[in-house]
Amino acid sequence: MMRSFRAVLPAVMALAAASTTLRAQDSIPKGVFLNGTYDPLRDKLAIVVLPVAGAFGDSIRTIVQRDLDFSDRFAVLPIDTTDASAFRNPGAAGGLNYPLFARLNAAAIVAVTRIPTGLHVVLHNVSQSQVVNVEDMRLPTTGLSRDWRLAVHNASDEIERWVTGTRGIAATRISYIRGQSIRIVDSDGADEITVPTEPDVVSPAWSPDGSSIVYNSFGGSPKILLMDLATGRSRTLLGQQRNVTYLTPVFTPDGKTIVYSRSGENGSDLFSISVAGGDTPHRLTSGQGTDNTSPTVSPDGRRIVFTSGRLGRPELYIMDADGTNVNVLTDFESSERNYRSDPDWSPDGRTVAYQERVNGDRFQIRTVRVTGSSPKYLTSEGQNEQPSWAPDARHLVFTSDRSGQRQLWILDVESNRVRQLTHSSGSRLAAWSPRLAVP
Amino acid sequence: MRIPRIAMLTASTLAVATIAACHKTPPAPAPTPAAAPAGPNADSARRAQEETARRAAEAEAARRRADSIAAAEAAASNAASEMARMRAALTQMVHFDFDQSELRPEDRGILDAKVPILQANPSVTISIAGHTDERGSDEYNLALGQRRAAAAKAYLVQHGVAESRIETRSYGEERPIAQGSDESAWSQNRRAEFSITSGGQTLRRP
Repeated sequence: MMRSFRAVLPAVMALAAASTTLRAQDSIPKGVFLNGTYDPLRDKLAIVVLPVAGAFGDSIRTIVQRDLDFSDRFAVLPIDTTDASAFRNPGAAGGLNYPLFARLNAAAIVAVTRIPTGLHVVLHNVSQSQVVNVEDMRLPTTGLSRDWRLAVHNASDEIERWVTGTRGIAATRISYIRGQSIRIVDSDGADEITVPTEPDVVSPAWSPDGSSIVYNSFGGSPKILLMDLATGRSRTLLGQQRNVTYLTPVFTPDGKTIVYSRSGENGSDLFSISVAGGDTPHRLTSGQGTDNTSPTVSPDGRRIVFTSGRLGRPELYIMDADGTNVNVLTDFESSERNYRSDPDWSPDGRTVAYQERVNGDRFQIRTVRVTGSSPKYLTSEGQNEQPSWAPDARHLVFTSDRSGQRQLWILDVESNRVRQLTHSSGSRLAAWSPRLAVP
Repeated sequence: MRIPRIAMLTASTLAVATIAACHKTPPAPAPTPAAAPAGPNADSARRAQEETARRAAEAEAARRRADSIAAAEAAASNAASEMARMRAALTQMVHFDFDQSELRPEDRGILDAKVPILQANPSVTISIAGHTDERGSDEYNLALGQRRAAAAKAYLVQHGVAESRIETRSYGEERPIAQGSDESAWSQNRRAEFSITSGGQTLRRP
């Protein structure tokens, strides 16, 4: 199917070139080549989403169009919807007027109709003049509710899978910190909620099944806590120990273990502990008074990248999950002034995104292969920090002050397109969820 | 709208009472001087003399009382300022260089001043909170703050303060005392704060 859509791509080139969907280009530092082979004309597919009749039809169409646009894999074509009768051939059972859409340079058409249980979604291939996918998708009865929006995002992701072979990332959420409280927002920036926690919490991270979040409190009563998102209840995994601050907890990919940093009176070291509880923490690093923080576990669970100050400055290190075979990962461009931290291992296992202080000044987002090769700059405008990968290993959410205040932004590392996710200042420490199941 | 008479009366009485309560209590009137003994009666003259003597004695007692109160107040005031001085010494902050947790040589005197006070007051316990400036990684800064608090604690322990009396914690960059993104704000925010967590109601002088 993907091949059948690809075959029509040359026809959409002129149109895609005229589209403005790539307007928000991040500037690239001098001498840095960023994915220089990206070609939006080759890599985007022109798609039309037909008007949706019935309750919340306009909202459904708007959400699906935005999701497909935000996927950075589609050029969503605007169409004149004043005369919808032109979209179909005459007659009661008239099919879609494919020649009309071919003239618009559309490669694919999405037709969504409301049915009692939810949505009837049909994907048409214009060049083949035929339906290529049909599916009925359940939709919660409460229109515009959080679950309802997640279900619509899920439809967008399914459409994307039909066309490209890869599920989209619309049905995901992003947790982050604003005002030392945990917030969660949909991938399109809608439906922000505040998660009820004790005060002064940071560093939320998702469980692999998206059902819970691990985070830590600091200051008065440092702890590592686990929140069940279905009930909104947190339980303390670690805490009530004097002279200790717990930092940067993350789940391992099997969801059974938390890897975290314990900062005490002899530096900070990485430990692991079972989510089920009952066991004693298992030490992973021996920093001998230095700080070892921000673990990120490879998707296969076998290795860990983390920040360590053991050379006198924060650099990234890589080791086996049991703490053996420690090596510096960022040993390029070595300088006493380096400050490299906040790594996040990509879900495809290939690269690590992190922040690096450039020229002793502001932080920028970079990626490096897990082999330590091919370091790249991804940002240069303002200060950019705290990258977190989307499940597609193609989009990153990060903190940037490019608008004058710290906000969350999303970067497509293929096209370099950026979009602003949050609009409340002081947003930071984002973590992108896994793909979420519709409840 | 009609207001019942009793309610109106009650309201006006309350209002008067409130106004009266708002006024400061007027000073007590000065005692009237004793009238000179008058009249031919010797008895009455003796009584007048006795009365004069009694009043003089009362005045003397009052003066002594006032003097002792003043003395006590002065002593208390000295003690209070001494207490304030010791508290200030115990809670005076130390500062750090960027991304460093080593104590600055010039800040050691600040810690030295705390040692004798802590030794003279063994029931006092303190908490040290490490802070950082806004630069650096938000998360790594929580570790750096903990390291700064630990460095200050280690110095006090080396100088004889029991480890168990000092608690350390970190706020990283989450609690700046100076706003702004310049070296002036940053240098104020790179600090360890000291607070008395128990036993600080009265402090003995070293």
